[in-house]
Amino acid sequence: MTSQPFRLPQGGLVDRSRLVTFRFDGREYTGHPGDTLASALIAGGTHMVARSFKYHRPRGILGAGVEDPAALVEIGSGIHRDPNVRVTEAEIHDGLEAHAQNVWPSLTFDVGEANDLLWRFFPAGFYYKTFMGGPRGWMTWEPFIRRAAGMGRAPDGPDPDPYEQTNRHCDVLVVGAGPAGLMAALSAARSGARVILAEETAALGGRLLSRDPAATHLDDRAAPEWIGAVAAELRSREDVTVLTRTSAFGYYGENFLGLWERVGDHLPRHERSPNLPRQRLWRVRAKQVVLATGAIERPLVFHENDRPGIMLASAAVTYVHRYGVLPGRNVLVFANNDSGWGAAFDLAESGASIAAIVDVRREIDGALLSRAAALGIAIHAGCGVVGTSGRFRVTGAKVQPVEGAGGVSDIACDLVAVAGGWTPNTALFAQSRGKLRWDDDLAAYRPGLSWQKEASAGASNGVFDLSGCLAAGAEAGARAADAAGFSAVPAPVPALRAEETLQRSIHFVAEVPSHRKPEDTRAWVDLQDDVTTKDLKLALQEGMQSIEHAKRYTTTGMGTDQGKVANLNAFRLVSDKLGRPMHEIGTTTSRQPWKPVTFGALAGQHVGHHFHPRRGTPMHDWHRRHSAVFEPVGDWLRPRAFLKAGESFEQAVQREARAAREGVAVLDATTLGKIDIQGKGAREFLNRVYTSAWTKLAPGRCRYGFMLGEDGMVLDDGVTSCIADDHFHMTTTTGGAARIYQWLEDYAQTEWPDLELYLTSVTEQWAVASLSGRDSRAVVEEICDDFDADPATFPFMSFRDTTIEGVPARIFRISFTGALSYEINVPASYGLWLWEKIFEAGARFGITPYGTETMHLLRAEKGFVIVGQDTDGTVTPHDLRMDWIVSDTKGDFIGKRSLSRSDTARADRKQLVGLLTEDPGLMLEEGAHVIATENEPAPPVPMLGHVTSSYLSPNIGRSIALALVAGGGDRMGDRLWVTRPGGAPIPVRVTETDFLKLKEEGHV
Amino acid sequence: MFVITCPYCGERDQAEFVSGGQAHRTRPLNAHEMSDADWGDWVFMRDNPKGIFAERWFHSAGCRRWFNALRNTATDQFLAFYPMGEAPPAVEAVLPATPAGEAPIGSGNDAVKVMRPGESEGTTT
Repeated sequence: MTSQPFRLPQGGLVDRSRLVTFRFDGREYTGHPGDTLASALIAGGTHMVARSFKYHRPRGILGAGVEDPAALVEIGSGIHRDPNVRVTEAEIHDGLEAHAQNVWPSLTFDVGEANDLLWRFFPAGFYYKTFMGGPRGWMTWEPFIRRAAGMGRAPDGPDPDPYEQTNRHCDVLVVGAGPAGLMAALSAARSGARVILAEETAALGGRLLSRDPAATHLDDRAAPEWIGAVAAELRSREDVTVLTRTSAFGYYGENFLGLWERVGDHLPRHERSPNLPRQRLWRVRAKQVVLATGAIERPLVFHENDRPGIMLASAAVTYVHRYGVLPGRNVLVFANNDSGWGAAFDLAESGASIAAIVDVRREIDGALLSRAAALGIAIHAGCGVVGTSGRFRVTGAKVQPVEGAGGVSDIACDLVAVAGGWTPNTALFAQSRGKLRWDDDLAAYRPGLSWQKEASAGASNGVFDLSGCLAAGAEAGARAADAAGFSAVPAPVPALRAEETLQRSIHFVAEVPSHRKPEDTRAWVDLQDDVTTKDLKLALQEGMQSIEHAKRYTTTGMGTDQGKVANLNAFRLVSDKLGRPMHEIGTTTSRQPWKPVTFGALAGQHVGHHFHPRRGTPMHDWHRRHSAVFEPVGDWLRPRAFLKAGESFEQAVQREARAAREGVAVLDATTLGKIDIQGKGAREFLNRVYTSAWTKLAPGRCRYGFMLGEDGMVLDDGVTSCIADDHFHMTTTTGGAARIYQWLEDYAQTEWPDLELYLTSVTEQWAVASLSGRDSRAVVEEICDDFDADPATFPFMSFRDTTIEGVPARIFRISFTGALSYEINVPASYGLWLWEKIFEAGARFGITPYGTETMHLLRAEKGFVIVGQDTDGTVTPHDLRMDWIVSDTKGDFIGKRSLSRSDTARADRKQLVGLLTEDPGLMLEEGAHVIATENEPAPPVPMLGHVTSSYLSPNIGRSIALALVAGGGDRMGDRLWVTRPGGAPIPVRVTETDFLKLKEEGHV
Repeated sequence: MFVITCPYCGERDQAEFVSGGQAHRTRPLNAHEMSDADWGDWVFMRDNPKGIFAERWFHSAGCRRWFNALRNTATDQFLAFYPMGEAPPAVEAVLPATPAGEAPIGSGNDAVKVMRPGESEGTTT
């Protein structure tokens, strides 16, 4: 027992039969299963666990749960390091290693503490005022400030743990399993509704667990027994899901809530199931929500109120009854309402001596006074704590009457239990966009007007007595089930032996009055962010009158705790200083998440290969076996090139590009978007969505076309073939497939419902191999059953239906490359079979697979544009100098009117041209700027345009490039320059874009 | 995340849908007679009201039908769903009313987080 000097001989819900060993900051501690780090550390006599954010002041344990502001540590190390973990929430297990953070070199000797000696020089807004100077202002200082401030460190590498996400619908979601939540879940569950009960801590029961079980009886059963019976009934119901260690962290639109479940964190790694995730994110859509999130006690704001050993009175009681730990032997209780007195009596009965009860109120209830007298407790009514002593742990308090000129008494103590009143936990209610109401009797905000389908019940709704919480929970649960379509009656409320009330007769003061000079007072409002009353007053004085501005200027209520205990004290101080009522001051915004949630849980399974779904063609495995280098195009993975042994990527592209003209090469074109269009209106539809005319396209023929947006800019391109008068096969770019299909549906359904046509995506139905090069005809004829591929009788831009060993195939004479080409389409399930057949037949021609990089190079050689590379949403067909593709003779088409807008019709727009470097071996950089002068002028440099495509072409025998250049069509033969980083601009000649033709004609 | 009631499929999660912007804009049939300014207005300009807004949605991962919806942009709440070609139905909504241009509840914005004296409690919907 000596290692746990503050463990009480009995009591608490921990399993005393087992001992758990863990380490904090290098020292070994023991505790029991059921302990949090906080309760086990307190059992070991340790209260100081951290340093504060700004002044590096010692920080202890203020709370006993999610509300604690500053008792943050790192757990684990290396890739398993979890920073900023609240000691009041983390459960201990054997082998757990925790470390203090934001300290150097150690928790008790921290160099950063020097900041505290200079506190007068670091007021609110200090950083904004001080570090704006210098040549780069804030940017110069920020790295140093970030290093000096900050909290925990990130893990050393990618998170190795598994996480998962799950979606759930339910009739009633109950958040919080205290007395109200349990009764709500019970009432709803008994009606047959699908219920989820989510409890943030490891055990059901909420505040019932913080009571003396001997004194708290429900229906004549001790609280743990009653809770056990309710839990057993809930768990026995098939439609009820009871989740512990699960925080409802976000209330989003239409009753959509995020729940964060810690599945394995409370276990040592070797005891965690390999089949379970570390944490789980529940995405819940609830018909009705019951918020039974309880209330949070506030600290009191006085000089030197931040020392370790200053603790919420409710937390002190929780440590006694839930964990069997005495947080101090000599306790001074400081209160502004009756709840502190109850805590003092509880602590006294548990073996602590009560040094004094200090209460800011003059008038105290007679029953409390006589009970205190019976226990021999000294009472200081109408007094306040005005200072404390002790470096790493409080050793005494100075007490003085709040009015008049009474003297200061020094009272020795090792714990100051503060009871500043209770704040209903309305965070989720506020996230749901409900309106809060200021309640003068409670001295707190409580839910007022609901916006979503939820109801707050119990302490979170400002109901502070236990019987009221039980009844309100039962009522809310039944009403929620009714509203979800069930017929429910409230579960009978258990009879209590004695009533329990959180708070009575509060005298809410923003700051405990003292005779100390304001400039010498350091009274913390926000313990995590080191915000004092002085900072808030300064902010108001400097004009930050809105509470949101005061928050941002001082950082009060920011950080990982979001001011759970600090906010209301800050609002009250602002209200007092401005002399305006609380409802006019309002609140800061409660945003999701309610508490920090790990990135792992938010990412769930969507990491690594599962981050984005990737699609492969039927030939994908073949590509992998043949050393393809892949690139993502839309959702697809496409081979960029196929590398032979010892070959670089560039060498592979050169080899493939030669083969695609001089021999035979084949491209997997399966990924092209394919849309089947049928109906009497199909032909007219094509007339309206493409720039060219489709009226005369005969069955068996194909046409290349551009689609424009209504703004006249090129949207997509592709070949569409006429299968019958009322049946067409359209292809789109790979990346544009889904978007174009949706866009076509839009026009078909909403603008031209009079046209009878049906659009069906057939992208997945066809596998496509595109053969290119002189020998492609021989390969096609060899694999087809009986097919004459003679270009003379099977002309360019036509297609034929045929068979390959009886498998139906459609062969198109269309070309990506400008060389003799055949595009073979077969049902997708035959894709790999076809591909292998092509390689078998093509072997004697040395058939070469080629990828997208080679395809782009081949297109550039021919001056064929790539939509999305040579165009960027600001380019018209005329800008591409492809006037021939726009029909003047047909009626309206999408984008037509925009082509004659004054801006679109300008002659000096950027136009697509070829660029040839004077040095044929020099390659331009894609994206490089085109300028008109030999030397780069001083900025801003007048730009003529930019390079869109640039390659080393094996078939032209030199570098080639395409560029968009202002008035480019009129610059043929001109000498221009292209900039490059770290070198003189490169001289180039402006040419036409079809480099193959230029070469044939001897211009290259 | 919205729940969207597709007129053809019923209630589905927003993840199945794509938003298509302002509804009831008819593509002009006389574009060639329109001035550059008028045409430019139609191509580039959209209404962006605070309050009831008729907008288009596409059930892209479902029936692949376009339809219309009425949404209160002041509170981000759907009020009605109806097929293409139909006139918007009459709806009731909590509309911008405060001096700051907020709906009295539902936006989550600063002006309407806290009730004023005299406001009655309960639920709005």
